[in-house]
Amino acid sequence: MSASPIRRWARSEAASGWFMVSPTLIYAMLLLAAPLATIFAYSFFKDGYLVVIHEFTTQNYIDAWSDPIFRTILFRSVLVSALVTLVTVLLAFPIAYFISFVVPASNKSRWLFLITIPFWTSYLIRVFQWKVILNFNGVINSTLQGLGIIDSPLQMLNSIGAIAITLAHAYAPFAILPIFVSLEKIDRSLLEAGQDLGESKLMTFWRVTLPLAMPGVIGAVMIVFIPTIGDYVTPELIGGGKLPMVANMIQKDMLKIDNKPLGAAVAVSAMFVVAAVSLLFLFLNRRFLKVGK
Amino acid sequence: MKFSGLRAYAFLYLVFLYAPIALLPVFAFNDGTVIAFPLKGFTLKWFAQLFENETLAGALTNSLIVAFSTSVLATTLGIFAARSATRYNYPGKAGAMGLIMLPLVLPEIIVAVSLLVVLLAAGVPLSILTVILGHVLVATPYAIAVLNAAFSSLDRSLEEAAYDLGETKWSTFRLIILPLVTPGIISSALMAFTISLDEFIIAFFLAGEQTTLPTYIYSQLRFPKQIPMIMALGTVLVVCSVMLLATAEYFRRRGIAKTGAKDTGGFL
Repeated sequence: MSASPIRRWARSEAASGWFMVSPTLIYAMLLLAAPLATIFAYSFFKDGYLVVIHEFTTQNYIDAWSDPIFRTILFRSVLVSALVTLVTVLLAFPIAYFISFVVPASNKSRWLFLITIPFWTSYLIRVFQWKVILNFNGVINSTLQGLGIIDSPLQMLNSIGAIAITLAHAYAPFAILPIFVSLEKIDRSLLEAGQDLGESKLMTFWRVTLPLAMPGVIGAVMIVFIPTIGDYVTPELIGGGKLPMVANMIQKDMLKIDNKPLGAAVAVSAMFVVAAVSLLFLFLNRRFLKVGK
Repeated sequence: MKFSGLRAYAFLYLVFLYAPIALLPVFAFNDGTVIAFPLKGFTLKWFAQLFENETLAGALTNSLIVAFSTSVLATTLGIFAARSATRYNYPGKAGAMGLIMLPLVLPEIIVAVSLLVVLLAAGVPLSILTVILGHVLVATPYAIAVLNAAFSSLDRSLEEAAYDLGETKWSTFRLIILPLVTPGIISSALMAFTISLDEFIIAFFLAGEQTTLPTYIYSQLRFPKQIPMIMALGTVLVVCSVMLLATAEYFRRRGIAKTGAKDTGGFL
């Protein structure tokens, strides 16, 4: 057996690992990394009506950012995403806490299953159902009118609040699961120690449980905030198309106006803003992540 | 009485989660063209409309083809990645897995738009085939998440024992590893199927002239007249996906029980 370096490498663990992951990795390179790089490149190309001119320009970014409509839409998207994230995580935390600390171990996976079911049922129909609930003659208005609490129906649709509720519903399990996982990891004897040392239950929660659960909370924030900003369906159906978010703008630029470089610049700008906000959030919470390690 | 308060909150939260779904059958069986209270009486005509609808049948066929192909491809790619991630340590692993798992957090519109641009530039005609390409991309990370759990609960000494007894790498995989992870594979395939069946944005951008079930539903939501039928369709879909998921969950738990690991619960 000649032990040439190549042969030795071919039998190494690293080679086996790379070899094993290669089909999936090549797929992701070709259909994810390359397209993302292309979008990035397109955002610096010129638009020539039906063709894209391969000439470097920063005009797309100047056009996008000097457009007040784009700035409004981007600001609205970040605002809606932040609001959705806040609502989703605040509503999810007590549930994750409940499942981790109150539900007996034998029932935990049943509860988690119960929470994930709605997430797996038709997304479009779930979003549309919120329209049915919040409509003029919808479930809430007819119930309140039936009970005589209000005289005329409340206008709830086509508002940022309605969009936020719908998305908070759609992303609920994404927030619950990471928080649940980090709560499960907490050593229960730490909580007893806290109380033995004279802390009240509330103070133990505040000074022991919450800091230890923060990695999960931060994970939940990221996994809700980042995809929400790109939601297309909810602004169309619940916002009535009057409160477009950045995905709606990308779709319009790419397909209706067919200005792909401008659409690409909008997409890249949006991703850049999302990344910046996310990194800022991670930076502000860095001390909790260190505790996690 | 802190705990009973928490329990009450948990039940209210479940009401919030299930309200939109619970309303589907209410309107699907309601004999009225307007989706509003008060209800008008019982009917099955919206379900009858479903079965007569040929456009819907076409969209459903397309969706089933896409979902089945996605399920097979995403699970296959998932097996490679999960096996690599749980069995080997190598430099660059975090980066490689990071790229593969990226669609989990990337907004779908970004995936859809970037694929669209590349496919158009490459002159690939848009069809359900291009939808499959996109769906495999977004379903694979979920498949990996399920398969990782199945592969990481494997006892490595079983594999080593097989080598010692003279089995090759491939026969060990087929005789020892595969039977142990089969429940995980089934569970991952069912999940990838469900994800693909429900995916809208990528299909909306990449299907060209063809329709899938979600793009058909989306096109119908604009017409108030069609809504009762969509409610009936939604009811059928909910029943189907609950059955699929219950099956997936059954196999996932059986797989964990088979390898003797502790159930950490949940899909994600």
